[in-house]
Amino acid sequence: MTTASQEHPHMPEAAIEFRDVEYESSGRKIICALNLAINRGEILVLLGRSGSGKTTALKLVNRLLTLSGGEILVEGRDAKNWDVIKLRRHIGYAIQDVGLFPHYTVDRNIGLILSLERWNKEKIHARVQELLRLAGLNPELASRYPNQLSGGQRQRVGVARALAADPPILLMDEPFGALDPLTRADLQREFLSLQRKLQKTVLFVTHDLHEALRLGSRIALLEAGKLVSVGSPEEFLSSSDPLVKKYVEAFGSIEEARGRK
Amino acid sequence: MNFWTFVSQNRLEIADLTLEHLWMVGMSTLLALAVGIPLGILITRHPRLRKPVIAGANIIQTVPSLALFGFLLPAPWIGERATRLAILALMLYALLPLIRNTYAGITGVDRSVILAARGMGLTDWQLLFKVELPLAASVILAGVRVAIVISIGLATIAAAIGAGGLGELIFRGLAMVNNSVILAGAIPAALMALAADTLLGWLEKRFTPQLAD
Repeated sequence: MTTASQEHPHMPEAAIEFRDVEYESSGRKIICALNLAINRGEILVLLGRSGSGKTTALKLVNRLLTLSGGEILVEGRDAKNWDVIKLRRHIGYAIQDVGLFPHYTVDRNIGLILSLERWNKEKIHARVQELLRLAGLNPELASRYPNQLSGGQRQRVGVARALAADPPILLMDEPFGALDPLTRADLQREFLSLQRKLQKTVLFVTHDLHEALRLGSRIALLEAGKLVSVGSPEEFLSSSDPLVKKYVEAFGSIEEARGRK
Repeated sequence: MNFWTFVSQNRLEIADLTLEHLWMVGMSTLLALAVGIPLGILITRHPRLRKPVIAGANIIQTVPSLALFGFLLPAPWIGERATRLAILALMLYALLPLIRNTYAGITGVDRSVILAARGMGLTDWQLLFKVELPLAASVILAGVRVAIVISIGLATIAAAIGAGGLGELIFRGLAMVNNSVILAGAIPAALMALAADTLLGWLEKRFTPQLAD
């Protein structure tokens, strides 16, 4: 299976594009006039505090939520014109709570989408083995159930499952948010090296500035449903925007407080 | 007349009535499953229907069983044969635990599991059959267990409208003021309920999913 980025190596075209996107829930505006393009092969981090609308923005892309205005283009095509199942299988999805199927073993969790896509057993087995390796998991874990795994292992399985059908786009909603700092750092590092190999287009949600700086090709700051700024990590740190400064300083002061102890 | 003499003298009739009893309970349970589980699933998809459906099943449940048998008597086709009528009434009683447990089982599935499943592109049917029903199975089976145990007890009353079953012996014993005859109906019914409860309890355990955390 070839990914879209391999088919068009030089196309600057955005893999995902938000155009004047609005989202309202019971009369409350969650997302206002969001314009944002995510380029092929980049990791764009949506940064923002709780309630800033970052998770909502993510769920609009794979149509877990339906936007109230504007449009989202996926591979240049309006998301609402995609068959919703095809759209979702084109986009990997990893979330903080992982959501592994507790009644399936690890290999069935990872291989479920492949069996729904009618791959034959040997191909699924080979692909699952490959994904376990990619995700840094011991192949012996394949026959375990999710409740027999550690938090870090579960999240790795979640990422492997999201990558199963080799989707060119990945949506990741604080996937490492619930992990201890050491495990989180491991997974971040491994995710970066995986990304160098796979060159997916990644839309990554987090509230953690360090994670954003570490992983992001670009960082987009959301505040109260509005886009505040988009730029490279360097640009982000040197931004003069008051909201960006406030966010950076909030993390800075934590560092200082730790330093004083 | 002593209990054991009565049983040994009437063992063929007791066996016959036990089979009748089983038939009524079995048929009504199958029908209730065919109606109750889809209804339970339906109200997870259309929350607006939840209240009227559960209220309806609740109301049926509050009607005294003897009265319900009576109410259904004028129904065409159903009313012609007492057994049909008893089966319909027993089915109606079994609906509430089935609908309620199906609903509770499905809505009890971890939301992140549903979110991940929908996000990875499962269709509604795949979500239902691959994720929701397997994870709700133990709760649904608990409902089936309650429904069957209730039915076995209620089916004894069906004898009052001439539907047969072990209730025959109980009513006869009451009329004769003979405890042995009552027990000859009550004991097999109680044993049947115990057996069903044990079997379904075992199934329920088998289908309890391995839970994350």
